[in-house]
Amino acid sequence: MKFVDEFRSSDYSKLLVETLQNSSRDKINIMEVCGTHTMAIFRYGIRDVLPGNVTLISGPGCPVCVTPQSYIDNALDLSSREDVIIATFGDMMKVPGRKSSLLKKKAEGSDIRLVYSPMDCLTIAVDNPSKQIVFLAVGFETTAPMTAVTAIEARKNGLSNLFFFTAHKIVPPVMEALVTDKELNLDGFLLPGNVSAIIGTEPYEFLSKDFNIPGVVTGFEPVDILQGLSTLISLISKKDYSIANDYKRIVRTDGNSQAKEYMDKAFNIVDSNWRGIGKVPKSGLEFNRDFEEFDALKHFKISYEEYDGSSGCRCGEILKGKINPTQCPLFKQACTTENPIGSCMVSSEGTCAAYFRYYK
Amino acid sequence: MSTITLSHGSGGIQTNQLINDVFFKYFSNDILNQMNDAAHLAIDFKKLAFTTDSFVVNPLFFKGGNIGKLAVCGTVNDLAVSGAKPLYLTCAFIIEEGFAMDDLKIIVKTMAEEAENSGVKIVAGDTKVVEKGNVDGVYINTSGIGVIYEKVNINCANAKLGDVIIVNGTIGDHGMTILCERNNFGFEGDLSSDCASLNTLVGCMLEVYNGIRVIRDATRGGVAAVLNEISDSSNVSIVLEENLLPIKEEVKGAAEMLGFDPLYIANEGKLCAFVPEAQAEQVLLAMRTHPLGRNAAIIGRVTNEMGKKVYLNTIVGGKRLVDRPSGILLPRIC
Repeated sequence: MKFVDEFRSSDYSKLLVETLQNSSRDKINIMEVCGTHTMAIFRYGIRDVLPGNVTLISGPGCPVCVTPQSYIDNALDLSSREDVIIATFGDMMKVPGRKSSLLKKKAEGSDIRLVYSPMDCLTIAVDNPSKQIVFLAVGFETTAPMTAVTAIEARKNGLSNLFFFTAHKIVPPVMEALVTDKELNLDGFLLPGNVSAIIGTEPYEFLSKDFNIPGVVTGFEPVDILQGLSTLISLISKKDYSIANDYKRIVRTDGNSQAKEYMDKAFNIVDSNWRGIGKVPKSGLEFNRDFEEFDALKHFKISYEEYDGSSGCRCGEILKGKINPTQCPLFKQACTTENPIGSCMVSSEGTCAAYFRYYK
Repeated sequence: MSTITLSHGSGGIQTNQLINDVFFKYFSNDILNQMNDAAHLAIDFKKLAFTTDSFVVNPLFFKGGNIGKLAVCGTVNDLAVSGAKPLYLTCAFIIEEGFAMDDLKIIVKTMAEEAENSGVKIVAGDTKVVEKGNVDGVYINTSGIGVIYEKVNINCANAKLGDVIIVNGTIGDHGMTILCERNNFGFEGDLSSDCASLNTLVGCMLEVYNGIRVIRDATRGGVAAVLNEISDSSNVSIVLEENLLPIKEEVKGAAEMLGFDPLYIANEGKLCAFVPEAQAEQVLLAMRTHPLGRNAAIIGRVTNEMGKKVYLNTIVGGKRLVDRPSGILLPRIC
C-alpha cells in the first residue's frame, strides 16, 4: 500500500465528506490539538467541506509556539559564546527573541547548525572536540525519546562536550487544562497521531472517564482526518465518550514501549510553563539526576526567570483556541510570516502561520 | 597538477595552462578561440534577450547533474522562457584553493556537452582562485544572450482570464534531490534532479502556437513562486487543481516525511506556460512528443473568482490559498 496515495484518495475523501455532511446537526466544537493537524486541515481545505454545525478549534500542539521567549533568549546568549556550537531543529531558527533570532545570529557569525535529528549532534561533537555542542531539545513525546537516546549514546561513546537545553513538554496534561476551561466548551478531541505513536491511547483515557469527552487518534492525510472527524462526530452524537484509534497503521494501544523506556530512563516529569497558557503541572521533561551531566543549564551554570514575551500578541488565547488568528489585531498587520511577533506565526506548525499561508 | 592552487588564479603561466588545458579544451569554438578580451558577435536581431545567473549549489555533484550542468541550463532556460533562441553564454568561475582538478574537468566537460546539446557557444569567461574556505568548492556565473523570436510576445503581465496553465512534467524533483543528498538521508528510489535545457521544448511549443502568453521556469520557490509573480504582474486569480499536479512518488513521500510542499520546491527543468484555452490541447500534445514534455499536464487556469491570488482546489473538494514562499524552507520538528 502506498500510504501517501491511498490516504489522499479523492474518491475515499468524497465518500467521507458525504458521511460528514449527513451526520449530526447538533452544534459541535472539536479541538485538533496537534500543529501538524492544523496545517493539514488547512492544506486540504477541510473546513470548507465540513457541515456548518461543526467548529474546528486549533489547540496548543505546536512545541515551538508554546516555548517561552525566555528560552529563545537564553539560547541566543549561548550562541554568542565562541566555544559553543548550537544544534537545532529548523523550526527554531526564525523564532524571535527579544532582540534577535538564531537565523540572525547565524548571519552575524554564531556557529548554529540545523539538524534533522539530535543524533546528528554526536557527529558534530566528535568532529569538534574543543567546542561545546548544545542541542535545543524542543518537542513533545514525538521527539523527546530521541533526546534520551542521543544522551545515552553520547555516554556510551564517552563524549563530554554534548549538552541539551531541554524544553520538552508532554501533551495529555495540557489537554486536561483545556478540557476544564468552561469558556472553550469542547465536545471532543482529534488526538495527535505522532505523539500517540509513542504514548499509545491509554494516557487519554482520563478525558473519557473524568470528563465525558471522547477523542480519536488521527493521522495526517486527508482521508485520515476526515475519517477521524467522522468517527468523533459519531461518538459525540451517540454520547459515547470513548477514546478511539483511527491511526492503527502507526499507533498501538500501548504505544512504543522502547521509546517510553528511554524517556523514563532519562527524564523526570516536572511542572512546565507553556507560552500563552501559563504553568501546567507535570507537563515538562527534565533530565533526571542520572543524566544531569547533559543538562546545559547546569553545565553552563545558567538560571533565569521565565517570561512569555507575547507583547501585544494574542498567541495565548489562540493557543487555547479561544480566538482565531484573524481576531488578533496584529495578524497580517505587524505580525506576518516575514516579520513574526508571536511564535504562533513563526513556527511552520503554528496556528497563525497556517491561517496566514492558507486562509482565503 | 591534481589540485587548483592560488597560482592558477594569478594571471601567469599556471592560469594560461588552466585555461588551455581545461576551459579551452572543452569549450573550444571559433569565437572563444580568438582569445580576445571580449567576444565579437555578429547577430541579426530585432530584439535581444540578455540574462545572468550565479550557481552555488551544494553538493556540487548530484544525481541528474552537477553545478556545471545547472550553470548552462539555468541561463539557457531564462532565455528560452523569454521567447528567445539562446545563442551565446559567458561563464566565470570562482574556485577554492585545493579544488580537485579532476572534479573541475568533469564540471567543465558537462558544461561543454550541455552547451552543445542546447545549441549555444560559450564565448567568454573568467577564472579566479580564492583562498581555502572562501568559497564552497566552486561558484559559477553564466550570462547569456539570445534573439527573441518574431511575433512572440511573452511577458509576465500577459496572463488573461480563461488561460490554462501547463507544466511540462513532475514538480519538486530537483530541490528534493539536493536536500536528500546534502543531508544523506539514504532514501531509496528514483529521486533525481530534472536539470535540463528547455529551449528546444519551448521552440516546439512556439512553433505550434506563437501566441503563448507567459512562460516561466519554476526554479527557486517552485511553481508557487512563479505563479504568484504572474498573478501579481498580470493582476489575475489563478486556481490550481491538486489532483492534476504531476508529482513523483518519491518526491511525495520525501516531502511528506520532511514537512515540505512540492509546490514550493525548486525545479531546474520545468516551466509553467499560460496558453489560451482554445490552443491548450494542441500545445499540450506537441509538448508530449518532446522528451522533456512527456508528462506535460494542465494544472489550472486563470479565473476571475476570488481575490488576485493563487488558490488550490484540494483533493477533498476544499480550497486553500497558495501563498508566496517566505524565508528559507525549514523542515518541521515533529
